[in-house]
Amino acid sequence: MDPVLLARIQFALTVGFHFIFPPLSIGLAWLLVIIEAIGWKRNDETYVMLGNFFGKILGLIFAMGVATGIVMEFQFGTNWAEYSKFVGDVFGAPLAAEGIFAFFLESTFLGLYIFGRNKVSKGVHWFSILMVAIGATISAFWILVANSWQQTPAGYVIKNGRAELIDFWAAVFNPSTLPRFFHTFLASLISGAFLMIGISAYLILNNKETDAAKKSLKLALIFGFIVSVLQLFPSGHEHGQQVARTQPEKFAAIQGLYTSKSKAPIAIFAIPFDNPPELKVPIEIPGLLSWLAFGDINAKIKGINEFPDDEIPPLFLTFVSYHNMVLLGIYFILITALGTYYLWKKKLWNKTRLLKIYVWSIPLPVIACELGWIAAEVGRQPWIVYKLLKTSDAASITVSSGEILFSIILFGIIYLFLFSLFLYVLIKKMKHGPEPLNSQEALI
Amino acid sequence: MIDLNTIWFILIAILIAGYAILDGFDLGVGILHLFTKDESEKKINLNAIGPVWDGNEVWLITAGGALFAAFPIVYATVFSSFYIALMLLLTALIFRAVSFEFRGKVDSITFKKVWDYAFGLGSLFAALLLSVAYGNILKGIPIDENKIFHGSFFSLLNPYAIVIGLTGVVLFIMHGAIYMTLKTEETQLQRMTKWATSCWMAFIILYLVATFLTFFYSGFLFENITENPLFWILFLLLLLSIVYIPLGLKSQQYFKSFIASSLIIFSAFSLSALSLYPRLVPSSINLNYSLNAYNASSSQYTLKTMLIIAIIGMPVVIAYTIFIYRIFKGKVVITKDSY
Repeated sequence: MDPVLLARIQFALTVGFHFIFPPLSIGLAWLLVIIEAIGWKRNDETYVMLGNFFGKILGLIFAMGVATGIVMEFQFGTNWAEYSKFVGDVFGAPLAAEGIFAFFLESTFLGLYIFGRNKVSKGVHWFSILMVAIGATISAFWILVANSWQQTPAGYVIKNGRAELIDFWAAVFNPSTLPRFFHTFLASLISGAFLMIGISAYLILNNKETDAAKKSLKLALIFGFIVSVLQLFPSGHEHGQQVARTQPEKFAAIQGLYTSKSKAPIAIFAIPFDNPPELKVPIEIPGLLSWLAFGDINAKIKGINEFPDDEIPPLFLTFVSYHNMVLLGIYFILITALGTYYLWKKKLWNKTRLLKIYVWSIPLPVIACELGWIAAEVGRQPWIVYKLLKTSDAASITVSSGEILFSIILFGIIYLFLFSLFLYVLIKKMKHGPEPLNSQEALI
Repeated sequence: MIDLNTIWFILIAILIAGYAILDGFDLGVGILHLFTKDESEKKINLNAIGPVWDGNEVWLITAGGALFAAFPIVYATVFSSFYIALMLLLTALIFRAVSFEFRGKVDSITFKKVWDYAFGLGSLFAALLLSVAYGNILKGIPIDENKIFHGSFFSLLNPYAIVIGLTGVVLFIMHGAIYMTLKTEETQLQRMTKWATSCWMAFIILYLVATFLTFFYSGFLFENITENPLFWILFLLLLLSIVYIPLGLKSQQYFKSFIASSLIIFSAFSLSALSLYPRLVPSSINLNYSLNAYNASSSQYTLKTMLIIAIIGMPVVIAYTIFIYRIFKGKVVITKDSY
């Protein structure tokens, strides 16, 4: 078997699995910042109880994130040694910055947040969840700096056969960093919001601590609606424009634009084919893509046909993952808008069917995150660093296919096992519901 | 004047030493957990390190990131050469990390037992694999002039590396037991004192054996080192800390004993780093093929930028780490927030 392909499968498996958890923990941490602030300032026991309950869920998600994240740190070196040698001068700095500025912060204060409720003042306790949220967000920032540099490299020169850093800030704020950071950050907030919406809806449906659950549902729903709208506009829009400007091949691939066009259409639906590049049964809105990308319906957009055959990404996968992500994004706006409307009309608590939909919608933002990630990463192929280094030249040369296969099987089994257990424990916690404060003492 | 390459050699060494000291006692407590029978004592183990282990492990992650940034060639060469060993290390660390969360979540004795083993064996293998890996670095690994590795997973399991591995494990158990003397009372405290003392003796023997073997396996580590005054300072520090451990334990000066065992880890590690310098990874094929702080480093600009990041970030990290440790100091009391 081709070791590069195996290394890619291994990387996709480990990153894809890890990426389930950080968006959830970032989103949930920020919602807890709000909940704990209300509990502290108003001295409201309901919110303290909610903080306790969702705080424990955060602890579980965070542990999964840490356990799977440590693999990321090593595997640039294990699987992609040639890549690491080529980009180390640039790429290592954001990873180290993540450790120093973010990871220490979130991990250290998470311990205080989870264990410190009755050991420190309420102010310090609130401060600890704030630090967790800020740390997790900065962590996402530095990871996206590193990844964005792979998408749109900047601030470097090629010297001694490798990329050498010459301008740190140019590398950090490369053309795609900010659009990608905000897009991922909002996706995380949506993920956290839907987790809280879904769990609260479940509690209401099952008559468990409904007063508290109504409060968390209300909060998460309004929050979720606002961030879902912001995700489409301005964030998604900005990000799309940036890709159109800086990575035209990727833009053509995700949009299914296989021949150059002015008045380029948006494909609402289509079945893409790779070879020859073709969209079957497309439903399109003419001119909209040109307008969205460049603010002009007559703007000409480069199609896949204008790029060399060996520099175009896999078409099917990028198109399908991108379009499903967008579809889910629109769903998030609609479903939270509906709930907010019923909330305003004071009818939400009786809408059993909608509440059930919320419970089942918990994983959807995470799926949208994964789809967005696939579109972004597969859309960059065949480059591992856009226009600088091909993925096929980046793998470790001393690692054999057998070794990589071993690690795929090993992690495949471990992840399957951990994920089942994670779901089991999460559902168990959800079914158990929040503990009223006075009965918590009895648990000791 | 010290150059940037040397500064980064020192900083990476400090990060690794910091990791060994902090996660060292976590790993030690994890290994001791395998020998803990009583449920309430097990709970004390978990809660003694529960609030801090996560932050401690970040030292390893940051050391990895810093190695990537400062010495990418070392990062790429070592991690791809130690492939299988690292995958096993990651497995150990994964199981250890989730065991805290999972153990207490289901009311089943078998379920708890499984996670007790995950915690204990995860800690044992992590401590062993890391120390064996370090033993291989000290011995030198078979890399040629093109930085291509010519060994295998089994060639990493050589007698010298295993002796270093055992030395590390014993040191971590001693360190963990001394940490637990700060956290426990009565019978558990007495048992921890016993563990600490036995591991202290085992450590001395293993350290002497390891030093003796080093003459044969990697004599180059002794070149010129005794001419460096820093060597004598560290050597004295190591000696004094070793001597203090039984005295401190006997007079119930647990905190001072913990400082002493931290200093043992620090000075023993620093001595080895000093004897490696400027090499980071010696080549066992030909010493001239070794990766050192100059031929394996990033550009001066990156090293400088990173130094600024470290100067801004590390004092803050150390400040709040101390803040958190102060909050959780003292004996473990099991409460509703406990694992």
